[in-house]
Amino acid sequence: MASHPTARGQRPTPATHARRALVLGYLFFLVVWPVSLVVTRTFGDGNHLAAALQDPAVVFAVQMTVVVAFWAVVINTVFGVGMSLLIVRYDFWGKSVLNTLLDLPLSVSPVVIGLALLLAYGPRDGYFAPVLDAIDLQVIFSVPGIIMATAFVSLPLVIREVVPVLQEIGTEQEQAARSLGAGGWQTFRRITLPSIRWALVYGVVLSLARSLGEFGAVKIVSGNISQQTQTATLVVEEKYLEFERGAAYATSFLLTLIAVAALVIVTVLRPKEERV
Amino acid sequence: MGIEIVGVNKSFGDFVALSDIDLSIPGGGLTALLGPSGGGKSTLLRIIAGLETADSGTIEIEGRDTTNVPAQRRNVGFVFQHYAAFKHMTVAKNVAFGLEIRKRPKAEIARRVAELLELVHLEQFAHRLPAQLSGGQRQRMALARALAIEPSVLLLDEPFGALDAKVRKELRDWLRRLHDGVHVTTVFVTHDQEEALEVADTIVVINDGRIEQVGTPDDLYDKPASDFVLGFLGPVTTLGDRLIRPHDIEISRVEQAAVVDGPITRWTRVGFEIRLEVTPIDTRYAPVQVSVTRTEAHALGLHPGDHVWLRPAVGAPSVVST
Amino acid sequence: MNPVLTEPTGTTRRRRPRQKASTLSRPAAIGLGVGVTWFSILVLIPLALISFQAAGGGWGVFLETLGNAQTASAIGLTVRQALLVTLVNVVMGTLIAWVLVRDRFWGKRALEIIIDIPFALPTIVAGLVLLSLYGPESPLGVNVANTSHSVFLALLFVTLPFVVRAVEPVLMELEPEVEEAAASLGASTFTTWRRIILPSLAPSIASGATLSFARGISEYGSLVLLSGNLPFESEVASVRIFSYIENDNPAAASAVAVILLTVALAAIVTLNLISQRVTRHG
Repeated sequence: MASHPTARGQRPTPATHARRALVLGYLFFLVVWPVSLVVTRTFGDGNHLAAALQDPAVVFAVQMTVVVAFWAVVINTVFGVGMSLLIVRYDFWGKSVLNTLLDLPLSVSPVVIGLALLLAYGPRDGYFAPVLDAIDLQVIFSVPGIIMATAFVSLPLVIREVVPVLQEIGTEQEQAARSLGAGGWQTFRRITLPSIRWALVYGVVLSLARSLGEFGAVKIVSGNISQQTQTATLVVEEKYLEFERGAAYATSFLLTLIAVAALVIVTVLRPKEERV
Repeated sequence: MGIEIVGVNKSFGDFVALSDIDLSIPGGGLTALLGPSGGGKSTLLRIIAGLETADSGTIEIEGRDTTNVPAQRRNVGFVFQHYAAFKHMTVAKNVAFGLEIRKRPKAEIARRVAELLELVHLEQFAHRLPAQLSGGQRQRMALARALAIEPSVLLLDEPFGALDAKVRKELRDWLRRLHDGVHVTTVFVTHDQEEALEVADTIVVINDGRIEQVGTPDDLYDKPASDFVLGFLGPVTTLGDRLIRPHDIEISRVEQAAVVDGPITRWTRVGFEIRLEVTPIDTRYAPVQVSVTRTEAHALGLHPGDHVWLRPAVGAPSVVST
Repeated sequence: MNPVLTEPTGTTRRRRPRQKASTLSRPAAIGLGVGVTWFSILVLIPLALISFQAAGGGWGVFLETLGNAQTASAIGLTVRQALLVTLVNVVMGTLIAWVLVRDRFWGKRALEIIIDIPFALPTIVAGLVLLSLYGPESPLGVNVANTSHSVFLALLFVTLPFVVRAVEPVLMELEPEVEEAAASLGASTFTTWRRIILPSLAPSIASGATLSFARGISEYGSLVLLSGNLPFESEVASVRIFSYIENDNPAAASAVAVILLTVALAAIVTLNLISQRVTRHG
């Protein structure tokens, strides 16, 4: 019998209130209060945001971050959708190994990622240094390296969102489209893409948030040179250590704003789970 | 002894689930709480078990006032529609759970579990996990688990509701036989009138949070107290201004004292049964559904389109249509 | 919706044996080739080079690196604090998940966003905001900056979502009937928790704890401003890796990286064993 919706809702007991209070208190002191201070410190004593936006180092770093994040997200979206399709729709030797390896970037320390890229593409001792020299491409301490580090850390995020949806929708619609004469590309654009649209948006938003915020790996591969290879997160550190706290908080405020906006978008997009 | 329910009320917000329920459930019997979904029968069962608290009223189980006793100490066996199996425990562990809580000696627990598994025919599945059992087997395990604590009453909430038709019927027969052997006061909730009529000694019809009628299956079928009970226990049709079962209508091709008369306007054969629709020539009355066996139709020489006279069969239960 | 209830006895969900034959079409094969090449260039080869680098020096490099008191202390501090934080997360994360799933109150939806903030916030910003509340200018008068407590605090912040997000879906799936069944069989609230709920949650708690520990021992960004990186006091392993890189000692950096990876693997195995044990002894 379908019981009345509130039939299971137990009356709040003192224990319920205690748990609720404990959780709310914990989250308040660990997350809410600290994060809210970024606003207070940015606007509390004069508008540091306006000042920071006059600072060429900050402006450069923010632009750099946007460019890097853009390319990292583009690369990961194309790679992610392609890989998801291959993993879900095809069988091939080594598939399960590949599937496991694709999650690897999430469990490696950013510092280790930086180190790995340095070992591979470092200008002097890097494994591929001779090749890169021959084609005259500088990766480390320049933009390509920053993009690579950023793409590395956020690589699995699109795949993780798209794969379950692709598995869920199955192949019937695609087969129907094929039977109606649609080619491979038409089928993808008109049938597959619309069905994974929201998962894709979700994955892109997560990748974007992660890309904008990457610090450790970028710090190693970028060389952290002001107005040349410095990203927003690096400028936060530098400004803070140089006692330009206002600029540090203002840049952090911008980054926080984007992160929270990304979370709100994702929370709104995600279908509300049915809760019993 | 059994269960005494006095003045029980229960609301969820604005929704009144039970209003002023007085009910005496006989000890040792097999009682069905029958009614449509959302009518309050499951809520009543949960209140008896202590899984829900009544807003007012008292519950007495085997002479003991349990109104304010928590579920843990009511010694009530409860079986859920979706089995509520402890998924991480083997079948034997599931059955042993209540005994372990009661800190019985290990040897006694082992003996009792073996007995119960034999009773529910799951001996060879003792070391399986619930996920490895079929629905019917899981429900038998749940039953053994509930019986293990030697409950003063056994409560089953739509116990067969999640099973398919065939297993459902088997388990129903089996529950009846089991009860004849165990004799524990048993109450089960169902929305299936056939299940209630077939298995129960006593049926309590509950609708809209009220008790419509209490009685034996025969009482309810033959002397329905309301149009709701009549309608819930089987198909009904309107004959003139009364509600009656389609097979309790006497049909005749020759003119006779009748409630209504008119042509047979629809003729549907379902196996041995023929379902007719008669449209009364007196247009104040709605079309009447009549059910006859093929043999009867043959004997009476009925054909589609025939003009027929209808009246209630002798002793047929009927109530005034409201 | 009719759940499938008539499955024959003894059938657990068994996966169809995957066919070994490749079903790739030509364009798909080319796509796979391009994808795997990119993945190798970006991820696999660089990561492999770390193990080569570390292994290239032989055991000597490992012993030397571990023999360095400062590095050993940094690794010790990292593992200790990550363990401690994971322990807190196991308790608090489960509690938060419980409140999110079982409790109802105004503004609960906002809580879901708050839980995820540590995932989305840049780590350097995380360090900065913690420093504003628990640093020298703390409005609370609590200053943990440059102490080992700062490491604990930063890790607590960045690992907050792991256990919560792992436990939440499992808790949602848990049928309330199962707890009611335990209650009707006489189990107290505590017994129901220990013998019914906890065993069902154990695998997800363990996987959340593993992620939280792995993240904890590799954390860098949130610590650089907060912990002050004082040797023997608040310097963590990834800061050591960073220093080794800056001092042009990639072999030692790789050795520390490999040690951290080994610790993370050991944690995965241990937590799996614990969770199996809890589940079995339900």
